[in-house]
Amino acid sequence: MRPGDIAIVGAAESTHIGTVPNVSSTGLALDGAANALADAGLTAKDIDGITTGYFPVADISRQLGIFPKWCDNTVVGGCSWMFQLRNAAAAINAGYCSTVLITYGESGRSTRHLTNSGDFGVRGGMAQQFDLLYGAGMPAAMFCLPVLRYMREYGLTEEQLAAVPVAQRKWAALNPRAGRREPLTVDDVLNSPMVAWPIRRDMCCLVSDAGGALVVTSADRAKDFPTPPVYLLGSGGGLEAGLASPAGVRDPLHPEFIRTSGRAAFEAAGITHDDVDHLMIYDAFAHNPIFGLEGLGFVERGEAGAFIAEGNTEPGGRLPMNTSGGGMSYAHTGAYGMLCMLESIRQVRGEAPAQVPDVNIAVCHGWGGFWSACSTLVFGSERP
Amino acid sequence: MAHPLVPVPTPETQPYWDGVAAGELRLPRCEDCTTVYFPPSPVCPNCTSRTIAWITASGDASLYSYVIHQRPSKLWNADGPMSVALVALAEGPMVLSTVIGCPQTPEALVLDMPLRATFTPFDEIKVLAFVPAEEQS
Repeated sequence: MRPGDIAIVGAAESTHIGTVPNVSSTGLALDGAANALADAGLTAKDIDGITTGYFPVADISRQLGIFPKWCDNTVVGGCSWMFQLRNAAAAINAGYCSTVLITYGESGRSTRHLTNSGDFGVRGGMAQQFDLLYGAGMPAAMFCLPVLRYMREYGLTEEQLAAVPVAQRKWAALNPRAGRREPLTVDDVLNSPMVAWPIRRDMCCLVSDAGGALVVTSADRAKDFPTPPVYLLGSGGGLEAGLASPAGVRDPLHPEFIRTSGRAAFEAAGITHDDVDHLMIYDAFAHNPIFGLEGLGFVERGEAGAFIAEGNTEPGGRLPMNTSGGGMSYAHTGAYGMLCMLESIRQVRGEAPAQVPDVNIAVCHGWGGFWSACSTLVFGSERP
Repeated sequence: MAHPLVPVPTPETQPYWDGVAAGELRLPRCEDCTTVYFPPSPVCPNCTSRTIAWITASGDASLYSYVIHQRPSKLWNADGPMSVALVALAEGPMVLSTVIGCPQTPEALVLDMPLRATFTPFDEIKVLAFVPAEEQS
């Protein structure tokens, strides 16, 4: 597979996001799927491959009237849909199918039907036996465990940690669909309620309902669709620890799986960091972009906190990041990977609410579990 | 049926939980490459050997990193916030646990402080926890 051989020709969120009462997780997925098909100018009959996560893929194909000859039900946490896109690209390239619908929905806020908590806590699973009891009910109490040591090791301050959501709120203010748009200051963040010291409420993501979907096909067909194609230039992925605990991460301050994933994606795409016009780093919590910027090699170890606090990722900065507002200000359902990708795709298409000028290369990096998995994608506006 | 947070052993992890019930921290050790690892598995994560023995760990450990959870599960019977910690065992593995027997404050919980394994009630069973090493020495 060469960079750009696969293209995204349909992309959409569910009609409503945020607080969507009385719609289940599958309902959100189906709505997002119908929107993505309409965006591509297709119907279910045109789809011969399908993916989803957290619920059986057959639940979705059956309800949409799709009879796929290829499917994928990969579940590795929030970046599952990024892995599914990689897998779909490989399947199309192999000739297993021609047009794949990647579907996602999660009623993380309202009905909580079929949400990820059940997968994390399956009885007798490693997470249920050894991890979940300690941080029960609070992802911040597990995902944020390495933060304190990082602060001591590199001198990251609470103010710098608080600057991460502040930077992203400036993007959210430009986005009518963002869940929280009111101005936010470092003082506001540091005065918000303590959740899991040193993590405060405003360093945590929102809790939302949302769905979304992508339509993916061979780039040879990509010009036949009504929207500008977004090419997949490269991808990477890696697994490191258990789903519910960073205890298995070999080097918790500099996890190897981030570098593995990032290197694979950048090498496949044939790009360097200077080529990147736009960046998404999945932000369930304020420290995630810090670890991501360093692991992906955008900055040196220990530098990412200051890099963000100095404004480099804000509107007008040299590396626009999390431009929807991110999980902390736009929406976060529990598994944010699809929403993360959709913002990258909007930016490459040139149709984002807070549009960055001339986005030709966009990098999207997501996490799964509490550092169980990650995936890195490189999107482009041109086929090389 | 027990609360969903109460750990459910599998045949492969039963020796660990038997150890907990007996007040011992038991860990699997590979008889071929001598790696001590966690969580339990019938296959060594270092060399894929299936010749595994259970050892009784020293209980010595140190505090790698932590947060202070403001709303711990009621099953802990905690009277306030509770630490959730990454604890490095002397034998090598890192485990997720909690440090008890001291104030749950940044002042009392110091990174790299020596710890000792203990077992504390969680619902109707006991689970692994740690105390500052000075408490028992």
